[in-house]
Amino acid sequence: MPQAVPLRGINEITYGGMGTTVEKRLESGLPDVRRRRLAGLGALVAGLVVAAVMSLAVGTRALSPAEVWHGLFAAPDPDQRLTEIRLIVQTVRVPRTVLAIVAGIALGVSGALIQGHTRNPIADTGLLGINTGASFAVVSVIALFGFTDPFQYVWFAFLGAAGAGAVVFGLASIGRGAGNPLTLALAGQGVTVFLLAMTTAVALSDQASLNALRFWNAGSVAGAGFDVIWPVTGFIVVGLVLALATLPAVNLLNLGDDVARGLGVNIALSRTVGIAAITLLAGAATAACGPIAFLGLMVAHVSRSITGPDYRWSVPYAGLLGALILLACDILGRVVARPGELQSGIVVALVGAPFFAVLVWRGKLKKA
Amino acid sequence: MTPQRSTTEVELGLKDVSRLSARGVTVGYGGRVVIDDLDVAIPPGVITTIIGPNGCGKSTLLRTLSRLLKPARGTVVLDGEDIARLRTRDVAKKLGLLPQAPVAPEGLTVADLVARGRHPHQSWLRQWSSDDADVVERALAMTGVSDLADRPVDALSGGQRQRVWISMTLAQGTDLLLLDEPTTYLDLAHALDVIDLVDDLHESGCTVVMVLHDLNLAVRYSDNLIVMKSGAILAQGHPREVVTAELLHEAFGLRARVIDDPVSDRPLIVPIGRAHVHAPLDKK
Amino acid sequence: MSGTTVKRPVAPGVRLGPVSFVWRPWMVSSVLLLSAATFLVFCVSIGVGDFPIGLPQVIATIFGRGEQVDEFVIMDLRMPRALVGLIVGVALGMSGAITQSIARNPLASPDILGIIPGSSAAAVFLVTASGGAAAAIAGSVSLTAAALAGGLGTGLLVYFLAWRRGIDGFRLILIGISVSAVMEAITTWLLVRADIHDVTRAQVWLVGSLDARSWSEVWMALWGTLALLAVMAYVAFQLRPMHFGDEIAAGLGVRYSPVRAVLLLCAVLLAGVAVSTAGPIPFVALVAPQVAMRLTRYPTPPLVASGLVGALLLIGADLVARTALPVALPVGIVTAAVGGPFLVYLLVRANLRKGM
Repeated sequence: MPQAVPLRGINEITYGGMGTTVEKRLESGLPDVRRRRLAGLGALVAGLVVAAVMSLAVGTRALSPAEVWHGLFAAPDPDQRLTEIRLIVQTVRVPRTVLAIVAGIALGVSGALIQGHTRNPIADTGLLGINTGASFAVVSVIALFGFTDPFQYVWFAFLGAAGAGAVVFGLASIGRGAGNPLTLALAGQGVTVFLLAMTTAVALSDQASLNALRFWNAGSVAGAGFDVIWPVTGFIVVGLVLALATLPAVNLLNLGDDVARGLGVNIALSRTVGIAAITLLAGAATAACGPIAFLGLMVAHVSRSITGPDYRWSVPYAGLLGALILLACDILGRVVARPGELQSGIVVALVGAPFFAVLVWRGKLKKA
Repeated sequence: MTPQRSTTEVELGLKDVSRLSARGVTVGYGGRVVIDDLDVAIPPGVITTIIGPNGCGKSTLLRTLSRLLKPARGTVVLDGEDIARLRTRDVAKKLGLLPQAPVAPEGLTVADLVARGRHPHQSWLRQWSSDDADVVERALAMTGVSDLADRPVDALSGGQRQRVWISMTLAQGTDLLLLDEPTTYLDLAHALDVIDLVDDLHESGCTVVMVLHDLNLAVRYSDNLIVMKSGAILAQGHPREVVTAELLHEAFGLRARVIDDPVSDRPLIVPIGRAHVHAPLDKK
Repeated sequence: MSGTTVKRPVAPGVRLGPVSFVWRPWMVSSVLLLSAATFLVFCVSIGVGDFPIGLPQVIATIFGRGEQVDEFVIMDLRMPRALVGLIVGVALGMSGAITQSIARNPLASPDILGIIPGSSAAAVFLVTASGGAAAAIAGSVSLTAAALAGGLGTGLLVYFLAWRRGIDGFRLILIGISVSAVMEAITTWLLVRADIHDVTRAQVWLVGSLDARSWSEVWMALWGTLALLAVMAYVAFQLRPMHFGDEIAAGLGVRYSPVRAVLLLCAVLLAGVAVSTAGPIPFVALVAPQVAMRLTRYPTPPLVASGLVGALLLIGADLVARTALPVALPVGIVTAAVGGPFLVYLLVRANLRKGM
């Protein structure tokens, strides 16, 4: 209280007093929150490691930790059984675990980021036309070229996703509504509507496409090899770098365009970079796994309810949460439907959505 | 604690003439009690302003008086009847209300917005009578926004927009107006402008209850101040009697001098703060 | 006021005794224009087919002065399809307008309440079910009934899950998204497991179609829609102050919680009727209110105009689907293919205008 400060030498003492309080706060208050958030991130990473180990062990054929270890690191062995384990671990379990983590991070980060950029709490990456762009590309190339192997059309899926994202953003940037969150959302709806119609039209006139489409739509991290995963990861890393670079700007953009501009943010640039990052992340993840849209939306809300509206924290949280949830859902999908598997996209929705609904109902989530 | 000043209340015989009063109300949000067992009566025909530090329950009291919040205990009485038992539509014909920072749909014109103030008087078949048109026209004129009638509300300046919202509340045709911080976000000139408008409404016979942050505006324009702290009323009465340095210190923890206002017959609050203050401060 | 030359700042009114309305020339003329256009497209749609009938004959037959041959083709064969299109279009448009008004969010459509994913899951279950108890159930229920039950069941589930001391728009939307995600996942799962021929049939239903409609479906949709519209028309008067948010609405004497509850229930039921009659025709509910707002230059979704735009969009799309395309496609594909770009066009045009 100012009254407590004796009035002689008013300047010195007042400033001195202020100084001490600020210092004190820096010493005790801020690092406390910081420490708690860092601890949270650490816990998520630890959870992710545990989940990854489980992911290597769990499946149609359950493996013991020793077998996993052997499968990962042992030299080639003439023993039939061990060779089989090596094969399972190295060509099935490791790729899908890596993909679940990479795609989960990408979907989580892009989901959190798009809500920041659109300032719309129901925005998800499907909004930019990314899912339908990829689906349309997939059915088109199957109908046109008769591809049968999913890994022939991954790149077309990526191009479709990125192309749709670019078209939506381009349309939303025409005229003065440029980059306005509402304009972006409506342009996204328009393009999504159109692409979905085209996708269905192609699928209805070509049975092979329809057949591929239904599996594609389920969304799964299984089956991709490292020939797909590495390039996808490359795109995702670029996307992550761009995303992290715009985070301080996103925080300011959330105060409104005018405030952000006043604080020196180049709005057009940071929106463009942000949308490019979202497109790269979600596009690459969708190309590799198919649409798993609900994950991004859910993770964006949950991470924000943990960290508050500071995107420098909520986006990393969203990324790790996304990876953890996708990996956990993939493991669950292998367990519940034995001897078959439930696609991880389906599991995410079936398990995540009710959980999310409970959070909503209990009022745990915040609007922005 | 300063004893509650209720001299004016007694002199005016408020218990009988007050149109709006709260009796023993306890209000809270989700278990947290903000106002506990509070009694207040709003004197008719004057401007009553509720002041107090942030979080003291000013807005909560105003929202309770306007039946936006339902008290957990106690009653709000409007014209002798429990407000909770009246049809909300009938309340809307007697009591106009302007919440903090209202938002209009993008593209809605000023005339359309103000016309919606007639809603309590309208019905399915009677959606735009000549009475409605006349009242809205008068409401636009009284607030000086007739020239803006065709403009979209979102294209107006902050001061103009606030006038338009007050105009909508006026179109409701009530002589009891409850305004929650009508000067928020306005510069001093526009704030004065809006408060002058409120004073005009008072002159024309309205009873006004508002929450204000600016103490000097509150002191200058109201005839009845309600000073709140921690959910209770610290003092109530005419600014000349209520506003003292001790009270300000007690309510706000503010060191201030209270001097005669050179341009009015009201007190003027000069906050002291810490910086740029001349040396001999405690002359008195 | 002496002269009529002085322009009053307030809107002019139409007053007949105790009845009075605001006179909005632009709104009235756009509604009239939309009605005329809808009727015209309705008649053209009836006239077109393997046995073409001229527009005058169609109109004459509708008013009971046609020839016997025309009358059979029109009344028995083509009218049900066109009427279903009309009714479903109106229902979807109005349902969308109400949902967007209440959610105060232009992205909200009754799809969000889970109607479409719910009825889709039920319909796909019926189409793809094989073997055992599932097939037995599937054999005993009609597709329309199953879709209606699935859609309304899901809609009501969302509604009651979101209910917590009243309906909050934000909570409703997020719960709706969650429940929809579950239903979509179930649909996807059913499709993944199903036989590919069933998948094709399911896909046609999933995109929405007006093929092979009968009078019984017309009557069901008509009475359902009319009953709901009557309730809505009565309550919708209270909707106008709600565009300003709860507090202002309360200040103006609206009991917003029950009003919102009733209107949303109407929107859910309307969408349910539409979906069970014609399948989940996409985006009409989403696009129609936005198009209507721009056509009528009204700042909030106008109810009547939204219904008309919905009908126009749906019948027009069906006409295009039957005539202009090399292969006959379900109408849902065309509503989406037309509605999407049109929304983008309106948006771009509005943005360019603002820039000048």
